[in-house]
Amino acid sequence: MGMNPLATRFASADFGLRVLTMNSLKPMRFISAILFTAIPCTAILVLTFAAGFTARASAQDEPLVGPKPPVVVKPMVSHIGNITGHAADGKYDYRRYCAGCHGDYGDSNGENAVWLDPKPRDFTIATFKCRSTLTGTLPTDEDLFNTIGRGVTNSNMPIWNTFTKQERADLVAYIKIFSPRWEKEKAGTPITIPAEPPVTIESISHGQALFAKLECWKCHGTHGEGDGPSASTLTDSKDNPIRPYNFALGGNDSRFKCGSTNQDIYKIFMTGVDGTPMPSFADVIQPNDAWDLVHFLRTLQVHRHSKENEVLMAAHGVIPPYVDKNPPPAADTNKAPGGGQ
Amino acid sequence: MRTNKILVALFTLLICSSLAFAGTVSGKVTYTGTPAHQKPIDMGKEPSCAKQHATPIMTETVVTGDNNALDNVVVYVSSGAPDEGQVPTQAITYTQKGCQYIPHVLAMHVNQEFDIINDDQTSHNIHPLPKVNIEWNKSQPPGTPPIKEKYDKPEFIEVKCNIHPWMHGYFAVLKTSHYDVSKDGGDFKLPNLPPGKYTITAWHEKYGTQTADVTITGNETKDVNFTFKATPY
Repeated sequence: MGMNPLATRFASADFGLRVLTMNSLKPMRFISAILFTAIPCTAILVLTFAAGFTARASAQDEPLVGPKPPVVVKPMVSHIGNITGHAADGKYDYRRYCAGCHGDYGDSNGENAVWLDPKPRDFTIATFKCRSTLTGTLPTDEDLFNTIGRGVTNSNMPIWNTFTKQERADLVAYIKIFSPRWEKEKAGTPITIPAEPPVTIESISHGQALFAKLECWKCHGTHGEGDGPSASTLTDSKDNPIRPYNFALGGNDSRFKCGSTNQDIYKIFMTGVDGTPMPSFADVIQPNDAWDLVHFLRTLQVHRHSKENEVLMAAHGVIPPYVDKNPPPAADTNKAPGGGQ
Repeated sequence: MRTNKILVALFTLLICSSLAFAGTVSGKVTYTGTPAHQKPIDMGKEPSCAKQHATPIMTETVVTGDNNALDNVVVYVSSGAPDEGQVPTQAITYTQKGCQYIPHVLAMHVNQEFDIINDDQTSHNIHPLPKVNIEWNKSQPPGTPPIKEKYDKPEFIEVKCNIHPWMHGYFAVLKTSHYDVSKDGGDFKLPNLPPGKYTITAWHEKYGTQTADVTITGNETKDVNFTFKATPY
């Protein structure tokens, strides 16, 4: 009586669920329902608080390790063009905007760090992903300045273009206080990047051959989708799982971790992404070959408008097999028509 | 003139005596307990390497021999070494062959140059993971020249190839050249130690370090044995 048919059906179900409708609620039942709910809830709350207090008390009982020592702000500087950054001036911004992830001590143990993937940079070891300098060397001040302004795509590092250039320069100086490397070593020398040759279907074709020969596909996959045979096993230098870059994701706004221009791509694979499985290819790729590889990598960004994709479209979307125009003497000497420089 | 002759004679005597009184520390590294079970490596993802091994090779985290022998233990003079700072000039090599590091543990002096060679038909990336020294990561496709490197601080450095995750080895960067890596049944030998007091340390990648003090008084061979407590995990 008074229960709608659906409720009746539920109420009579084998699993014994009672569906209460407003009509069926008598005052006594209502009070007992509240009591039944309230008592366990209160008990849980009381227990939780008690546990919290106990934990707090036991934390206080632990042997004193003392407060952490204050951060010593060494007089580090940075030079970005004609701007000079000073560590002391970067202190406020660092503690306000950066320490949440990178930690007060620059050790990547900020309170948010546990939730982040990939993890924030650990400034105490001074290993940086985005450099114009060779693997194992310190980045230039500009490299760090650009990383702050650009943010790191596919990570939680935002684009900090809200800072003025002076503020960014001060922050670059500030993060140098965390590693003694900045006092002992000079920044590496930026690699020389020759002028970019024109994009041709041949350069794309040669780039594809290099992509195969250098086995980029082992991690990035044959279509650059980050699904190569080794992809699932990759870890960064702190043993956290890490995925290779998926070139196919994103549209016209797709960016790499260390920039979005062709020069940036050139720099990324030549200098490597330190602290990750991505090695440096500076010793094994000749400068002009590197540009061909850049041209091919652009075509893997299938949803991004680029001159490389235009050239590929003009060739009906087919990359011809690469033919070496200057083969070694012992090799097959069949030359491509119109070859030679 | 006469003084000079005496000096030369004394100097010769000194050299001869130091050569004559060169002691040796030798011994065996063994384990007690149950060592970690080593598994066969599936190189199916890299056929050019898989076909180099008639039977699958085993992981090398714990390499044991007959009579509880423990191999790949770096035994070195950690205190009292007479040659600290004398960087050897001879080349040492770390070879990648059959998607394996040969040797599994490469010991070297601080600042000693070493060559990394790729003997495979596939690309490797050499990614040592130092904590004290500087980290780098380099690609080495087949047929490329050796990579020359050195480390300027003593450290045991894990080495990985990210492309072939089973590849795993160590660099032992030491302040001395008086070292040996136990092999062929856990044997090691540290020759040419002039008289003196030494601390000998044995390091294993899984079972940690052990030390022993030894005094060399003359032309003698001192036996020092190390026993590691092995655990299965």
